[in-house]
Amino acid sequence: MLTKRIIPCLDVDNGRVVKGVGFINLRDAGDPSELAKFYDREGADELIFLDITASSDNRDTMVEVVKEVSEEVFIPLTVGGGIRQVSDVRKMLEAGADKVSLNTAALGDPNLVKESARFFGSQCIVVAIDAKRISDPSNSDSYHNASVNETLKSDGNTIWEVYTHGGRQPTGVDVIKWSREVAELGAGEILLTSMDTDGHESGYDLELLQLVSTSVSIPVIASGGAGNLEHLRQAIEVGRADAVLAASIFHFGTFSISQAKEYLLDRNIPIRPMR
Amino acid sequence: MNESSSDRPKIAVIDYQAGNLRSVEKALVRTGADALVTSNPSAIESCDGIVFPGQGACDSSMINLKNRSLDKLILQLIAAKKPFMGVCLGLQLLLETSEEGEEKCLGLIAGTVKRFPEGKKIPHMGWNEVNIKSDHPVLATLPNNSHFYFVHSYYADPTDKNIIAATTKYGVEFCSAVAFQNVVAVQFHPEKSGDIGLEIYKNFVEFTKASMGTSSQ
Repeated sequence: MLTKRIIPCLDVDNGRVVKGVGFINLRDAGDPSELAKFYDREGADELIFLDITASSDNRDTMVEVVKEVSEEVFIPLTVGGGIRQVSDVRKMLEAGADKVSLNTAALGDPNLVKESARFFGSQCIVVAIDAKRISDPSNSDSYHNASVNETLKSDGNTIWEVYTHGGRQPTGVDVIKWSREVAELGAGEILLTSMDTDGHESGYDLELLQLVSTSVSIPVIASGGAGNLEHLRQAIEVGRADAVLAASIFHFGTFSISQAKEYLLDRNIPIRPMR
Repeated sequence: MNESSSDRPKIAVIDYQAGNLRSVEKALVRTGADALVTSNPSAIESCDGIVFPGQGACDSSMINLKNRSLDKLILQLIAAKKPFMGVCLGLQLLLETSEEGEEKCLGLIAGTVKRFPEGKKIPHMGWNEVNIKSDHPVLATLPNNSHFYFVHSYYADPTDKNIIAATTKYGVEFCSAVAFQNVVAVQFHPEKSGDIGLEIYKNFVEFTKASMGTSSQ
């Protein structure tokens, strides 16, 4: 049976992991390769590296990071952050990434998703969607984004709106419509983050997850809100997520990946067992 | 890393612009081979074994192979009993045709490549169990029902069921590996399947070494 995946996410700034695993005795807790090896040994099913480097001048450091990590770790590696064009996608894949995650650039130019999928295959194109609940639906079209296709815009039924630029910029785009659109354009997977629950450790937005997961036929990774192991179970069983991403519960040692796996296995969720 | 010790077999990784070859190369080096990523026919021919990787679309990959005259070379080298391992698209392209495209595939194996039926998420992405039914040396050491990493929307459906070396369930029970004589091909990605995946590369490197001893080279 296809198993549900557990994916730690690592933020990389100028080639160094920030908020890296602080509780264990690593030679260098900011070294991406060291951390990748640690999580691989722990039983992580995949890894996601998110480049949060502010200056685009330093983006090439991420290419070096990917090269190093892919020499050491033989599990799937997704890279996101600052990917603007097809040539950026190519650069990351050639460096050893298995998948590339597109977010802001995909919204700015949906054709980037289509072209990338056509050149490199859907299997390596992830679209990351940052979703935020609309407090006043009647006001949802107040954000004007001229480049956005009319059919994707929020309407009276919209519950969540897509944000870009690291969650700073509302787009006026409906999350469900955008999810369907990216699947249509050839994305192989959606990385769905709830901005409302992210960082609160009070659980994923299950309603959002369930609606997106059942609206598209491609896998969905749940992100934003994991605070305990029960939250992971809920994301999978209630939210219908195909994979769960978590950062802080693993980085701060609240739970280990092997504990998470054991918890889910005990509840009859298909999980790749530790060797 | 590249110790030039004579007991490291030289293994070609066929480069035809179809996806991430770096992990395949690193996996071979890690497990005791000298890996050569190349599209040069004479370089491929000079190697002791061949890995035929691949991701992406069937049609563009077949066109890339033909443009480099690699389609015929692959078949020739397989016929000459060169140890050969296909990975992912490198399994699918060994069949005759694919529902994914119009181009004729290599046709080494009778049968077609089919799309997964509706009802499940596509692509089939993640770790799934592989039920091994073969005693081929490249696969025989693996614990049965081990998990390997898959990512694909189509699967090989060979006419001759005797060559099916492993199966996996995803809506349907499909062929996740074939093995016969000098040929092994797997639908999953051993280079992305952690230690158990590296074991396949190690077995293939050993298999290549063994064939060097017995062949006329």
